[in-house]
Amino acid sequence: MTEPLLCEISMPGRIGFRYPAPDVDPTPLPEGLVRESLPLPELYEPDVIRHFTRLSQLNYSIDTGFYPLGSCTMKYNPKVNEEAARLPGFAHAHPLQPIETVQGSLALMFELQEWLKEIGGFAGITLQPAAGAHGELTGVLIIRAYHEARMDAKRDKILIPDSAHGTNPATSAMSGMRVIELKSDSRGNVDLKALQAECDETLAGLMLTNPNTLGLFDENVEEVIRMVHEAGGLVYGDGANMNALLGIVRPGDLGIDVLHYNLHKTFSTPHGGGGPGSGPVGVAAQLVDFLPGPIVDIIEEGDASEDLPPLYGFVYPSKSIGRVKSFHGHFGMMVRAYIYMRMHGKEGIRKIADYAVLNANYLLARLRNTYHVPYDRICMHEFVVEGRWPEVPDIQALDISKRLMDYRFHPPTNYFPLIVHDALMIEPTETESLQTLDAFADALIKIAEEAHARPELLKEAPHFTPVGRLDEVKAAKELVLCCAVASVSE
Amino acid sequence: MNIPTDLKYTKNDEWIKVDGSTGTIGITDHAQEALSDIVFVEVVVGVGDEVNQGDTCVVVESVKAAADVYMPVSGKVLEVNEALPDSPETINSDPYGAAWMLKIDFSDTSQLDGLMDAAGYEKYLQEKE
Amino acid sequence: MFFPHTPAEEKAMLRAIGVGSLEDLFQAVPAAHRFPELKLPPALSEMEALAEMQELAYANDTARDLVCFLGAGAYNHYIPAAVDSILRRGEFYTAYTPYQPEISQGTLQAIFDYQSLITALTGMDVSNASHYDGATAVAEAVNMAYANFRGKRNRFVLSPALHPHYRDVVRTYSHDSSLQLVGDDLEPQSDPAALIPFINEQTALVVVQYPDFFGRIYDFSALGEAVHRAGALFAVAVNPIALGLLKPPNEFGADIVTGEGQPLGIPLSFGGPYLGIFATRKEYIRKMSGRLVGESVDNRGQRAYVLTLTAREQHIRREKATSNICTNQGLIALASAVYMSLVGKAGLRQVSELCYQKAHYAARQIGRLPGYKLWSQVPFFHEFVVQCPAPVDEINEHLLDHGILGGYDLGKDYPALPDHMMIAVTEMNSKEDIDLLVDMLAEVSND
Repeated sequence: MTEPLLCEISMPGRIGFRYPAPDVDPTPLPEGLVRESLPLPELYEPDVIRHFTRLSQLNYSIDTGFYPLGSCTMKYNPKVNEEAARLPGFAHAHPLQPIETVQGSLALMFELQEWLKEIGGFAGITLQPAAGAHGELTGVLIIRAYHEARMDAKRDKILIPDSAHGTNPATSAMSGMRVIELKSDSRGNVDLKALQAECDETLAGLMLTNPNTLGLFDENVEEVIRMVHEAGGLVYGDGANMNALLGIVRPGDLGIDVLHYNLHKTFSTPHGGGGPGSGPVGVAAQLVDFLPGPIVDIIEEGDASEDLPPLYGFVYPSKSIGRVKSFHGHFGMMVRAYIYMRMHGKEGIRKIADYAVLNANYLLARLRNTYHVPYDRICMHEFVVEGRWPEVPDIQALDISKRLMDYRFHPPTNYFPLIVHDALMIEPTETESLQTLDAFADALIKIAEEAHARPELLKEAPHFTPVGRLDEVKAAKELVLCCAVASVSE
Repeated sequence: MNIPTDLKYTKNDEWIKVDGSTGTIGITDHAQEALSDIVFVEVVVGVGDEVNQGDTCVVVESVKAAADVYMPVSGKVLEVNEALPDSPETINSDPYGAAWMLKIDFSDTSQLDGLMDAAGYEKYLQEKE
Repeated sequence: MFFPHTPAEEKAMLRAIGVGSLEDLFQAVPAAHRFPELKLPPALSEMEALAEMQELAYANDTARDLVCFLGAGAYNHYIPAAVDSILRRGEFYTAYTPYQPEISQGTLQAIFDYQSLITALTGMDVSNASHYDGATAVAEAVNMAYANFRGKRNRFVLSPALHPHYRDVVRTYSHDSSLQLVGDDLEPQSDPAALIPFINEQTALVVVQYPDFFGRIYDFSALGEAVHRAGALFAVAVNPIALGLLKPPNEFGADIVTGEGQPLGIPLSFGGPYLGIFATRKEYIRKMSGRLVGESVDNRGQRAYVLTLTAREQHIRREKATSNICTNQGLIALASAVYMSLVGKAGLRQVSELCYQKAHYAARQIGRLPGYKLWSQVPFFHEFVVQCPAPVDEINEHLLDHGILGGYDLGKDYPALPDHMMIAVTEMNSKEDIDLLVDMLAEVSND
């Protein structure tokens, strides 16, 4: 059952929406600059609503089921977040208004900055980056600027573990750095010998995801950081996996110099089908001056005795790398993260990590006898199993994933990290119940049995979804990237 | 695994067929199998260009991977396979024949000594697994 | 709080794992730093937390409380109710990136619809699924042009009338001092022809804005020709509402069209999340970064949609990817697709013309006031610059006292333009609003 495209529902002459009539004396339109045709579709509101409502019904989402996607932290998105973000005082504030008129937004941003600094153990922070990868770019540019300011510009090497997310090397290359891949040891930690070999005067920094994408807390993390610092480099922390660390340890305390947060992972702002996210970046004291500007700060102290609140405004760090985005960042996502943190409070923040790690280890315990676990030790908030068995060589992780959809689960992350064959990276998050975890484990165990006894069930899966497996080769070779406008009137 | 004996091979899975001081370059059966269905190929050097060993000369894309093809030896580009971009799947079906990528005129024949022969390449692939 | 675990369940799970307590799960964390005491406020219930949010929100005066004439890259437009009703569907906003197409056809087809709408609006052949905002979209255009010429061309010509934030971001991204970024220290009054002398055979890309930061509209055909004669690429950064009325940039020879999509049904929201529009010609499809949705068939013969050309992206190409972008602005692109499909061909033209007409009425009325002078005679869309008889912040204070959010103080970004205010007018401003503004401005010049 497929849904037509907008251009296919369009009917010449149909009007969807009326604006008020003009109420001013007319001015002639600019000569030679008016367009002759506007090939947009012509629909009326019921068409539009039905079209998008039916499309939504083809989607799987957190609101419909479990999404154990490793490193994505698909936790429940509280509905009150949406209420808060839509409060008119937040939704309709223009970013360039005089600061006296937007003290509410500025106070919110200031508090959020303080909380994120506190959670991470950082001296400074920017809320400007729009997403995790954007935060990574910001962080690597800060590292680069730091070395340049110390006249140490020959430091152009960034070390990245082989388990890292693809954004890490992409970011480093985008920042003009040389990327060297570091291998992991047999327990999934950064290989110290490999690291030592790269510690020289060209080392700008190390990008570390801890816990890493195997879900493992690096057993030598302090040594790793010490080695990089001793060689004159800085350590960038990819904060995608912060869900395991909230209230457990502060990356800044371990020596991480700069780290990005993903508000759309750790702090429950919704994934939106691919964004918007938000990637604040926290930094240690020696990097505060390099942060992108502007940052929110108190520009006039308040007076508690006079019941006078502080005046919040924008400041520009003295050695700032510059803007990474227009305006101030994704304020709408900051509101959601703020109320989420306010509802959790000090104790709740810690419980997030407690339960995220509990849930992951529980699933690991249920699955380890059925699926091979390459790095079998207590995991953090996620773990990796191999989606294959030597005795059924035709079955791959992809087939297991597609069959999971028949059991009404979203598959885990596939084929990542690259260092595990047919990896299935599973992250349950703390908002899933024991019943859901057991149902998921049961399904995976059943699928393992099917793989051995009736492999065609996996190979032909999914059976019960709106569409079956797609011809991706055709999609790439016969590129059709937009609707032909033949049916839309000119 | 098809590894013709009259060719020389690189660690990046390129092959070169030597004919005096002319060489024909492509990627191996192992490479096309690893990439799976190839959907796009672009030769990024032009006829007449002098290109060094190790420089990217062709870019290949499949649904799940993208790869750079590097020059096995330094040389000057004589001819480019104009038909290949229109039928990238030829790399999968005929990697050593119709899917030749470029022909070069190369100066430093000693660079060939650093490449592997068929037996050496086969051994190298086995060790990689 | 959203933790389901009962004490009994927690016990059972710990037993299944084989540890005694939750703390046992964190032994790999260095003891000296484990379980820090976080200085955070205590938890509030939903009711209390929302009340606190309301207090903060009430501390703001917004473009809806005040009569808004502030633009400068973010505009106060009417958002039809249908847009939010779709955005609030959990199936859309709590869904993940559509990597598993079989259970993500809603998101995938909505993005395909969005891509189709943007190509129709801009006159380009293909659009991606979005970039973060108008500023980063321009920075990505610079990256794309650099990669297109394989680093052999390193000169980029930027119009001085390109939004200051966009130029700032391009400079931040181009940390590499081997890139020459030229052109934008020309006088703001300069017209596009003034950029032509900057173009040479080292030029990879020329970027202009349409309407430009000051609201002016130009026919860029001659500039486009000059760019192509030099073998360079031509990028135009647009306001999509303006494209409801004005010639699309393909008619000037644009190779890349970027834009800020916030005017398409996205609330001002104190600066974000917004929408980076990015579209290009078919020759450059593979050079474009960002996600792409393509059409295909499934194994049951149905038409279906899937992320395609993913081999370009960071998760496969890693350090060879042209961009590191992963999460983009999915839900915002959806909002703009709902908006564009609802207002449609007739509606976008209508709103565009309303903005144009009201802005021209305002400009005429203000231009007649003693002490005020229109800065430019070049045709404009819905924003214009006025030289004022007093500092802009003083005028704006006076306007605020009367419930008006005044225009942008250009002196902040263009030192050559002190006391110059940039006024934006949209369909949200009635004739009475505009007359009030004119009266209040007149009061200032009379002082």
